[in-house]
Amino acid sequence: MSATGSTPASVIEESLPHEGWPAAGEDVPPGIGPYKLAWRRLRRNKVALAFGGLFVAIVILCLLAPVYAKHVAHTGPNTENVDTALNQFGVPVGPTWHAKYFLGADNTGRDVAVRLLYGGRNSLQVGFEATLITIVLATILGVLAGFYRGPLDGLISRAFEVIWAYPVYLLGIALGVVLAVSGLDLGLFKISGSSLLITALIIGLIYTPYVGKAIRGQVLGLREREFIDAARQQGLGNFRIMYEELLPNVASTIIVFIPLTLANAILTEAGLSYLGAGVRPPNPSWGTMISEGVGLLPAAVHTMLVPGIMLVLCVLGINVFGDGVRDALDPRAKIRIDR
Amino acid sequence: MSVDARTPPTDGGHLLEVEGLKVSFRTEDGVVRAVDGVSFAIEPGEVVAIVGESGSGKSVTAMTLMGLTRSPNASFEGRAMFDGRDLVSATDDQLRKVRGAGIAMVFQDPMSSLDPVHRIGKQIVEQIRVHDKSVSKAQALDRAAELMERVGIPRARERLRSYPHEFSGGMRQRVMIAMALSNQPKLLIADEPTTALDVTIQAQILDELRQLRGETGAAIILVTHDLGVVADIADRIVVMYAGRVVEQGTLDEIFYDPQHPYTWGLLGSITRIDRDRSQRLPAIPGLPPSLLRPPEGCHFRPRCPHAFDRCTQVPELKARLADAPDHLDRCWIEPERKRSLRVVGDQIGLASEQAVVS
Amino acid sequence: MSRFVLRRLLSMIAVLLAISILTFLIFTAIPNPALRLAGRFPTPATLAHINHQWGFDRPVYVRYVLIMKLIFTGQIISYSQQVNVVHQIWVYLPVTASLAIGAGIIWLTMGILFGVLSAWRAGRWLDRGLTVLALIGVSMPVFFLGAVMSYYIGFKLGWLPPSDYVPFTQSPWEWFRHLIMPWIALSVLFIGVYSRVLRSTILDTTNDDYVRTARAKGLTERQVMGRHILRNSLIPIVTLFGLDFAAVIGGGAILTETVFNLHGVGQYAAQSVQALDIPPVLVITLFAAFVVVILGAVTDILYAYLDPRIRL
Repeated sequence: MSATGSTPASVIEESLPHEGWPAAGEDVPPGIGPYKLAWRRLRRNKVALAFGGLFVAIVILCLLAPVYAKHVAHTGPNTENVDTALNQFGVPVGPTWHAKYFLGADNTGRDVAVRLLYGGRNSLQVGFEATLITIVLATILGVLAGFYRGPLDGLISRAFEVIWAYPVYLLGIALGVVLAVSGLDLGLFKISGSSLLITALIIGLIYTPYVGKAIRGQVLGLREREFIDAARQQGLGNFRIMYEELLPNVASTIIVFIPLTLANAILTEAGLSYLGAGVRPPNPSWGTMISEGVGLLPAAVHTMLVPGIMLVLCVLGINVFGDGVRDALDPRAKIRIDR
Repeated sequence: MSVDARTPPTDGGHLLEVEGLKVSFRTEDGVVRAVDGVSFAIEPGEVVAIVGESGSGKSVTAMTLMGLTRSPNASFEGRAMFDGRDLVSATDDQLRKVRGAGIAMVFQDPMSSLDPVHRIGKQIVEQIRVHDKSVSKAQALDRAAELMERVGIPRARERLRSYPHEFSGGMRQRVMIAMALSNQPKLLIADEPTTALDVTIQAQILDELRQLRGETGAAIILVTHDLGVVADIADRIVVMYAGRVVEQGTLDEIFYDPQHPYTWGLLGSITRIDRDRSQRLPAIPGLPPSLLRPPEGCHFRPRCPHAFDRCTQVPELKARLADAPDHLDRCWIEPERKRSLRVVGDQIGLASEQAVVS
Repeated sequence: MSRFVLRRLLSMIAVLLAISILTFLIFTAIPNPALRLAGRFPTPATLAHINHQWGFDRPVYVRYVLIMKLIFTGQIISYSQQVNVVHQIWVYLPVTASLAIGAGIIWLTMGILFGVLSAWRAGRWLDRGLTVLALIGVSMPVFFLGAVMSYYIGFKLGWLPPSDYVPFTQSPWEWFRHLIMPWIALSVLFIGVYSRVLRSTILDTTNDDYVRTARAKGLTERQVMGRHILRNSLIPIVTLFGLDFAAVIGGGAILTETVFNLHGVGQYAAQSVQALDIPPVLVITLFAAFVVVILGAVTDILYAYLDPRIRL
């Protein structure tokens, strides 16, 4: 049995030099805020950086889809080449590791690698848009609910509860089906049923309660602290308090939620598309590709494996990096873990 | 553990003898030397106050006695002899028998020091029964009720079934004290027991401790940063700074004949009713040093207005006054000069070039 | 405590009402609803019947009442499949229940086990290994994992049947064999999440003051862990489990059921989606949300029982 747990963090914290406090005789530049400090810690975390780099590499690759399609594979994502791509049994070729059909073809002769990159564009686009929607909505609603409390909080919290009660995919497919059929017509602007934005909106909306509740919780805690009272008696109005005092303090929570939400959004999009309620043909996405691949089983395993592995690598990259971000912002986690 | 705490230890020596205690922690920024060679002794029934600011190593010292600072990134040197055994090198099993029985501890923040999901009675009973399984739950509960009464909790029997959050801060601290006394410890360590409480409650808690010392004969180590708290209750004082003991002596010796500039600073910054209010409240200028890279020689040197070239050598902790062999200090200044240096205005304090903004 | 329970139940009813209204709005917002509902080749008689039964010729609130009545009296029909929806759900429920309960047991025990192990050996190889596994588990879409397992273990190696469901009453052993892979596929994600949450909670709790007090009392590490650390750390896990389990029962296992061809409630929903058959999707969505809210209320009440501070 090992020795009793770890030394209480508070004990070590007391002995460490405090941020921004120059020690006797030491020349430390003052004003190193918590974010700069977090950035430094993040830079030291090689693993997180490596996986973050993996994700960025995937994004760049997907952005370069048209370039790849035109100059390397010489085919488009929807171009069907039945004669060259299928063998005599009608089974599509596997990965050739050459420029043409680098990762193989699917059952209608389309180049998997090209579709992978184009599909990635769509999946990532939906993912980023949904994340943006979630973060913005959750922050606004969470801060408002936590700050004003009372009936406004009651309304927002109930709304969160109602949305969150639906299992993610069921709500997603319910909305997906309905909106795909009729599109979204809000008077001010119309979105057609086959637009990617619909899927992004649905996913964004679904995850808002999760982040919103967390932000609301933090605001509830913060508003009891003295610096809010101090700001108030300085004469600052409510909006300024929310913007200048509360927001910077919830910022670290928001930062932690961004990679988390992005990973979830991309996975959800894949799931919805797999079920046919997300990205609709002919637009490719990793989810639809996996679905098509599964349909071809047991032949042409690569059509299922390729988009799946890509999806896993992408999300893994985000998750490991996100973990690193969280560790960087919360130093206590570091002190606990000893070498 | 049925022996009265007043009985002197079998080896005829001190109740607790700390010799050359050093505690360091490995962190990602380097090795932090939290305690850098601390020695002192406690007699049965004594109240010894360990005084210092945050980062002085006083809490680490206290917690190390109970083995609460042990972890894979901590390393220890030196000894702490209690009841014929060295606490620093004792095994976890051996230490566990001492914790909560021979030595008990009361912590700083009563709001968070009790488990919120268990009833108070159960938590006290737990401490009793872990050291003596022969005590039945009913007997243990009886004893718990007695203890709660003794520390002044009204309707003690009923309140055994309460949860911690149903008590106020002061009451919780009393519960902590009751719990600590449950196995008649010979030594009670109180780590800043009143810091988190209102001033009025502070006085009550200190009264409580003093009374209990009289009743049980337990020795008390009182860890605090507040010399004012100490004045009423301590027999001896150990002053710590940046991991080292810089002065130790009896209450009178420290308050009336302090030998170390840091002590002068501490005394000078006590708020007094009879002080001339037109002057700024003095504070010791500067900040405590980093324990990652402490200053060379005397740790207080960078903040000391009286520092001179010899201070780059570490001063030994020893008695420098002929007529006070137990009054030790760690300062190179000639004792005769100290008498004049330590007078600022019309009382003891630390001279400073500029007024300090708090 | 009973006031708390009462308030929670009232709140629950309010939310259920809101959900029923919201679901209703979502599904009747499509243009030409009667046409959509009627399936492939509707006769004018069918259309008229739908219009009347579902109240498309009546005001909104009447429509709401009518449709709710249809659902709750078990009369709602899917026209394209010509079956009673509620009856179908009832038939499919045992499959989903088997999947959910089995997976739930696995992910709860493994999640707690891994979480405790990770925290116990924090920073060392076991912890790092488990963290890596957890991260992969969280990044793996369940339908992909299911497809890979089904193909390699089920089809290529033939160790386990790659798909389908065998009722327990027909053959307990086959029932078990057919469910192992779906159970694992569904659990992986949750094990990843739970082990990391528990690890984090345990490490946080270990630094709490009352744990220090417990050690100072002379308790053994095991006693400290069991009576104080775990007792406090498991509380958030209980809440999580209540919500997750409810979501899975309600049809959240839709992806797993689809991949392994298990005819459960989730797959029924998925098929209906693809066929654009509205009534089943409507009913299942409502049903799923209800289950989540009810189990959520139960979980909250359980939480209040476990954490005395909440019972104010």
